[in-house]
Amino acid sequence: MTLIEHLPVLVITIPILASLLILVAGWWDRRFCYPISLVTILSQFGAAVIILAQVMREGPIRYHLGGWAPPLGIELAIDSFNGFVLVTILLLAAATAVYARRSVEHEIGPEKTVSFYVLFQLLVTGLVGMTITGDIFNLYVFLEISSIAAYTLIASARKPRSYLASFNYLILGSIAGGFILIGTGNLYAATGALNMLDMARLLPASFELATVHAGFLFLVIGYSIKAAFFPLHIWLPDAYAESPSAVTILISTVMSKVSVYALLRIIFTIFTTAYIIDVFPVTGFILFIATVAMIAGAVLAIAQSDLKRMLAYSSVSQIGYIMFALGVANQVALEGGILHILGHAVMKGCLFMVAGLIIYRVGTSRLSDLEGIAKVMPISCAAFALAGASMIGIPPTIGFMSKYYLVLGALEAGHWAYAAILLLGSLLAVGYIWRFIEIAYFRGNRDGGHRARTLEAPASMLAPMVVLALLCLFLGIFVEGLMEIVGPAAALLLGGA
Amino acid sequence: MIEPLYELFFARYNYWMAIILMLIGLYALIAKQNLVKKLIGLNIFQTAIFLFYISLGEVRGGTAPIYLPEGVDALYVNPLPHVLILTAIVVGVSVTAVGLSLIVRIHEEYGVIDEADLVQELRRR
Amino acid sequence: MRKNVIIKTISRLSVPFIQVFALYVIVHGALGAGGGFQGGVVFAASFILMIIAFGLTCVRQRFSYRWIVALSALGITIYATIGLLCLIPGGSYLGYGSIETALGVPHLHGYLIDAVEVGIGITVMATMTSIIYDMSDRGGESS
Repeated sequence: MTLIEHLPVLVITIPILASLLILVAGWWDRRFCYPISLVTILSQFGAAVIILAQVMREGPIRYHLGGWAPPLGIELAIDSFNGFVLVTILLLAAATAVYARRSVEHEIGPEKTVSFYVLFQLLVTGLVGMTITGDIFNLYVFLEISSIAAYTLIASARKPRSYLASFNYLILGSIAGGFILIGTGNLYAATGALNMLDMARLLPASFELATVHAGFLFLVIGYSIKAAFFPLHIWLPDAYAESPSAVTILISTVMSKVSVYALLRIIFTIFTTAYIIDVFPVTGFILFIATVAMIAGAVLAIAQSDLKRMLAYSSVSQIGYIMFALGVANQVALEGGILHILGHAVMKGCLFMVAGLIIYRVGTSRLSDLEGIAKVMPISCAAFALAGASMIGIPPTIGFMSKYYLVLGALEAGHWAYAAILLLGSLLAVGYIWRFIEIAYFRGNRDGGHRARTLEAPASMLAPMVVLALLCLFLGIFVEGLMEIVGPAAALLLGGA
Repeated sequence: MIEPLYELFFARYNYWMAIILMLIGLYALIAKQNLVKKLIGLNIFQTAIFLFYISLGEVRGGTAPIYLPEGVDALYVNPLPHVLILTAIVVGVSVTAVGLSLIVRIHEEYGVIDEADLVQELRRR
Repeated sequence: MRKNVIIKTISRLSVPFIQVFALYVIVHGALGAGGGFQGGVVFAASFILMIIAFGLTCVRQRFSYRWIVALSALGITIYATIGLLCLIPGGSYLGYGSIETALGVPHLHGYLIDAVEVGIGITVMATMTSIIYDMSDRGGESS
């Protein structure tokens, strides 16, 4: 059927048209924004599932834009790795789209509601485009589209500190974009090709050139800044803590993951494993930095006094886990890393949704003000407990499964010390998760005056949170189904193009 | 001794120009306290990258990559970097616009746009 | 005041020429230097000149925010719709050849490229003008 052939490009174009429709319809009447946004994202999620099913059945999809075949034209190349990340992005976007209505009313306010939904659609466009493109310059363009939407979304909270957080992120993100551009230029100068698969074919002839080494370094550092890989994560705590809750959910779960996806794609598909193991051995260094990221992120998270900032530092730690998979670079570890992309998205999404609910009902997210909150918000704290258990890595949740594969991969490659440190990192996660659970459940037998009855949040915010929390459990139980997709994805990465 | 010096500096002067401009831009971005000057530094940095790209596409003796009338045989400069840089310029303009709007809002909120004064304002609140 | 007379007169004289030049740049994108973005920016520059010479309220009366929202949506809608229309006869996105073979009109390929450029130019002009409106507004009307 011809419509299914064109789904890759429809997944990118429909949100652009939807954002314009929201702009015009919302200008007329504000209540149109939410339904249009919801319908668009849900249909995109359906399209992503169909695309992934087709890729698993028939092999990679290569869609030539404009009818021009590469190397003249830009193409969209979807294989199992792409498809998996695409479904993750749209799952979280769908959850956020359902959640957004009350949260936006409360935290952003009526004047900026239309702009929120327009920018939300554009952010999703940029992220989806980044995931499925097969051209390295197009990757940069979509990265900048999503980044500009993110800068504006972060600044739309009604707090003055959000402007500073967004400006900080803008400066660092633009430096990262500049580095990515230099790196892409270096690779283009060395090979003359911009299509990822063509470049992978032409690059081995020039592996020894300093141009290629410089290009590799610029690209890795640029994408690491966007992915908030320690110690380049400085923008992250402010950006996550000061932005409105609906925005935080989307950027914390998906934006940094897509940059990690881009990093994995560049390192494994373009510069194949032959480069990073033989010619420019950088895996050991990345492994070391990733381990430092895991521990430092967790330690800094324990030291925080604000719930959202604590979860932000926890994200720094979790990105370290995925980069750990890159550092080990064998089949099992990469399976764990790719599984963690989905797992962390679901876990962190649920945790930030709980934080958003707490802000919606109580108005603050400082931990000292949240004592005994489990009595008035039982469902939210139960969801936090479940997602937190997954974050620590308690079986059979999905957090445990991804950490299990990571440890197995590290042991297979002989990195005994690193595997031990990974387990230590999980113990540190207990530190910050337990801190909230203790404050919520076991402290404070006072109700805080204004909270005299159950203050559970509206259904449109509860439902996605509960779904994500249950997914943490179910994805872990039914992990073999996921491994049928993740296994070939990891093999594809390691095998090169 | 002149040969290697020539090879290093004069034959590759376009890369040296781009690198010097990039470093000037990065210095302004990092060291200047005024937020508007930081944005200008970002602009200089991005412009230097554009220069680097376009100089990559230069063909010796080539003319601008626009089709000349039929019958005229000409050597054209590589048009692909020009197209890439058009897109990158649009991105740069958008980022500058967002950055300047943020600076306007920061000024409305705090009354200062100098980083040192900003830190004092934040400490005061 | 006398010192504004020179600016106002020269702006009044130059703005039409700037706008015609902007249209020239947009339409000649396919044949030479130019294109949607460049022409749109030059067109917006004519509005900026008018704002500098005559003030924001005067220009806002002629080109209100409502028009800007509508035009910026219109431009990209033209672009995306032409791209999606190319899917119907069976080609790929923005593959103008499929419409050309379907309708049988010669050189339609070139006309569709120009149409897309016009769409981009409209959006860029509207967006640049909205940027300058918001920056010179100093906290007045919100979006």
